[in-house]
Amino acid sequence: MKRALTMSAAVVAVCASWAPMAQAASSLVIESWRADDLAIWQDKIIPAFEKTHPDIKVTFAPTAPKEYNAALNAKLESGTAGDIVTCRPFDASLEQFTKGRLAPLNDLPGMNNFSAAAKLAWSTDDGKTAFCVPMASVLHGFLYNKEAFDKLGLKEPKTEDELFAALDKIKKDGTYVPMAMGTADQWEAATTGYQNIGPNYWKGEEGRNAVIQGTQKLSEGGWLETLRTLAKWAPYLGDGYKAQSYADSQNIFTLGRAAIYPGGSWEISGFNAQATFKMGAFPPPVRKVGDTCYISDHPDIAMGVNTKSKNQDAAKKFLTWVTTPDFAKIYANALPGFFSLQTAPVAVDDPLAQTFVGWRNGCKSTIRSTYQILSRGAKPNLEDATWGASANVINGSETPEKAAERLQAALANWYKPQQK
Amino acid sequence: MTQTIARRFQISTLAAHLVLIGFTLLALAPTLLVVMNSFKPRKEIFGAPLALPSFETITLIGYDTVLKRGDILHYFQNSLIVTVCALFFIILFGAMAAFALSEYRFPGNRLIGLFLVMGIMVPIRLGTVGILKMMVSLGLANTLFALILVYTAQGLPMAVFVMSEFMRQVSDDLKNAARVDGLSEYTILFRLVLPVVRPAIATIAVFTMVPIWNDLWFPLVLAPGESTRTMTLGAQSFIGQFITDWNAVLAALTLAIVPMLILYLMFSRQLIRGITAGAVK
Amino acid sequence: MATSAQRKPIRWHIGVLLAPAILIYTVIMLLPVFDSLRLSLYGKGPDGEAVFVGLANYTTLLTDSYWQGPFWNALWNNTLFFIIHMLVQNPIGILLAALLSLGKLPGREFYRTALFLPTMLSFVIVGFVWKLILSPAWGVSKTLLGSVGLGSWFGPWLGQPDTALVTLALISVWQFIGLPMMLIYAAMIAIPDELLEAASCDGVTGITQFFKIKLPLIWPSIGVVSILTFVGNFNAFDLIYVSQGALAGPNFSTDILGTLLYRTFFGNQLQSGDPFMGATIAGAMFLIILGGVCVYLYGVQRRLAYYQM
Repeated sequence: MKRALTMSAAVVAVCASWAPMAQAASSLVIESWRADDLAIWQDKIIPAFEKTHPDIKVTFAPTAPKEYNAALNAKLESGTAGDIVTCRPFDASLEQFTKGRLAPLNDLPGMNNFSAAAKLAWSTDDGKTAFCVPMASVLHGFLYNKEAFDKLGLKEPKTEDELFAALDKIKKDGTYVPMAMGTADQWEAATTGYQNIGPNYWKGEEGRNAVIQGTQKLSEGGWLETLRTLAKWAPYLGDGYKAQSYADSQNIFTLGRAAIYPGGSWEISGFNAQATFKMGAFPPPVRKVGDTCYISDHPDIAMGVNTKSKNQDAAKKFLTWVTTPDFAKIYANALPGFFSLQTAPVAVDDPLAQTFVGWRNGCKSTIRSTYQILSRGAKPNLEDATWGASANVINGSETPEKAAERLQAALANWYKPQQK
Repeated sequence: MTQTIARRFQISTLAAHLVLIGFTLLALAPTLLVVMNSFKPRKEIFGAPLALPSFETITLIGYDTVLKRGDILHYFQNSLIVTVCALFFIILFGAMAAFALSEYRFPGNRLIGLFLVMGIMVPIRLGTVGILKMMVSLGLANTLFALILVYTAQGLPMAVFVMSEFMRQVSDDLKNAARVDGLSEYTILFRLVLPVVRPAIATIAVFTMVPIWNDLWFPLVLAPGESTRTMTLGAQSFIGQFITDWNAVLAALTLAIVPMLILYLMFSRQLIRGITAGAVK
Repeated sequence: MATSAQRKPIRWHIGVLLAPAILIYTVIMLLPVFDSLRLSLYGKGPDGEAVFVGLANYTTLLTDSYWQGPFWNALWNNTLFFIIHMLVQNPIGILLAALLSLGKLPGREFYRTALFLPTMLSFVIVGFVWKLILSPAWGVSKTLLGSVGLGSWFGPWLGQPDTALVTLALISVWQFIGLPMMLIYAAMIAIPDELLEAASCDGVTGITQFFKIKLPLIWPSIGVVSILTFVGNFNAFDLIYVSQGALAGPNFSTDILGTLLYRTFFGNQLQSGDPFMGATIAGAMFLIILGGVCVYLYGVQRRLAYYQM
């Protein structure tokens, strides 16, 4: 009994001794969903900042992308979130700002290094207040295995017909999976499928603004055609694509098993490290020769200050540094494919990234159709519905017409301009 | 006659072994597959996933990547502290409450029982924001102690439920004899009843330890800092970080499995003996 | 009893024994959870503030064309998830326990240790490992099935609406088979030898002995296992979230109450969380589990015979 008591006392003492563990005060913590970039932050970006600001210590503390929004919300609400918050584009961050969790940044020196268009994704609807410093945008497109294309005598397809002809040829040859994509993570079908090829169908900003104004419906025209084309991809995907995850697709392509990878510039740094063959990239093919091409040039990532941070000054110093060309140069070259949003051009050394960014000259830019305004409804949320619809039409479990009707219904359910 | 019985006995033993071996293989194979492939180069992981790593191509590159980026031992230590402490409090307080509920008749007994059991039915995850706010106001955010408190609260309902089930089966004669000898109620609980319900304690230990060790949500929200990161959270962030680098993913998985495995193998005897105690033949 | 007329002294020890558990449980768990559950009776007012709406949210959940579909879908999937556990996990658990308790089976300790091992692995690991194994891209299961001539049986099980939920339920059974096995094993070896010997003398042996003697004696343990499985299954979330994501694909075919709650309460990619409807779903889950536990406490447990040790 006595022994048990002493032991219990010891256990209690040990357990309680882990209670007080204060955090160091002068260090900044960055919340982010970019877990993949941990090494780049630790080895390149933070050392560069600490070199010029020796008094501030910075910790990059990423959360897995899946949990980021939920965990960040809980932490912001209770005041335990890091000093600097990585901002998702558009409404997710706007909501944090309207709830007073993100500080307005109009006065931040260096904010005029960005055009209004670059700041759009992290500004109030009237465009007057910006609350995050834009870091990078990403471009959608197709990557391909150059060795496979050379071997089969293929050229970069310029039109939709050429793309399907190339896919047919690769399939007939049988050496490669024609296209590496899966529908298990529905995100992949929507982002690298629907949002990738869609702009050519709905004419980029023209179509997107028309839906926002209520003059076009998601169940008609180019919006429906996008889903119809997507449904035709199924025969060219690998065996068991229905259970193929995003990471599976990436591996299938970088192991040299697939010829074409629908995706975007954000893949470049990862693929460079893993692929042993040469890669090329082509923009989403236009529908007919001579059509204007549209590309999704999507502002993806930015950084804001947590209003409850105890290190406001240090946090703002860090963000001021993020607005400088110094940061842009380090970031754009450490992560080729994440293109700086600063007005001053940033030289990118990576050839693949150069290919992507070159499309801005010939094609018209737009953003992912669901990100601004249209996903504010919850019943059901349009982005979620788009994930499901894109995966379903490829899986063949829903016809493009039905899926498009469902998307339109999801929007018209709450969005006034679409209820006419 | 005796021969046929002996043969029948042998055949049924053989069948029992076959079934058990089959299920054992099924239980072990996935873990083995991960551990095995973590030592192979990337091309082989995909090319021949079922082959053993060969001496010529064996590689530690995945471990190299993972160990450079995180302090596995530290994560493991955090998990261990949280699990052991929470378990201790759950069993101590749980046994006390279960004893009070199963031993004495007093007004409100049934009501308090139901009140405690209610906790089994709601996911504590739901109270996240409230808990987080409370921990912040107590200055416990980002500490292991916050996790210990939450897991103790989460484990208590189940512990009281299971232990009072078992305590009802403890012979009354034993306790009454002790009371006649003048032992206090506390002594009866700790020296008489607790040893008898060891199987219940072991059951609770297993039932509550596994979810605590494996929880991802509360470490993520209450203690996400590097210094308080638990094993499961570490493994999750590794998987996120190296999602396409399969060498690293498999190495991270192996590193997450192996400490648990060693711990389990060390204590499995005590654990099983505990669960089956009182029934020793 | 000479003292029966006197008033009993206040039994302080009851309070002392109950206090720590009740205090920690109430403050850390119950108050925050019920504070959230309370939200199910509120709605968002015109200025974004919380307004009391009574049971309107529950009516919405059950009748609104947008909410009732997902809710019934999740409830049905959850029920199926539970049924699969009861039909697969418990019988196999009983079988394994019965085999392990067969006389002096050599290697018994090894089997016990090995069979219990998956239970110790975290959802993160289990979900990820099985996803890898079943992944068509890696091809492990296809090769395995191919080696026994069943290559054509392989399908992308986790990606097909009609197989995904069953596959996940079986993965969960794989993980947790050790718990029913252990509990029932403990009950089986607690059966006194004399009882079994007496039965053998009367000619009751083998399978008959199992059904006539052992099974009735382990019913209480099977009852505990069943109610624990029920509670566990209706609170389940992690495995499906880890392997299929918050949208519980394909096409919500693996959506259970836990994932529906998570998605509603915490939101998803571009969807912000709705604490009011989230709390409503949690309230519904609470009532469902409460119902199940009451059925067990009042319907089943009372009929089970207990044998004092």
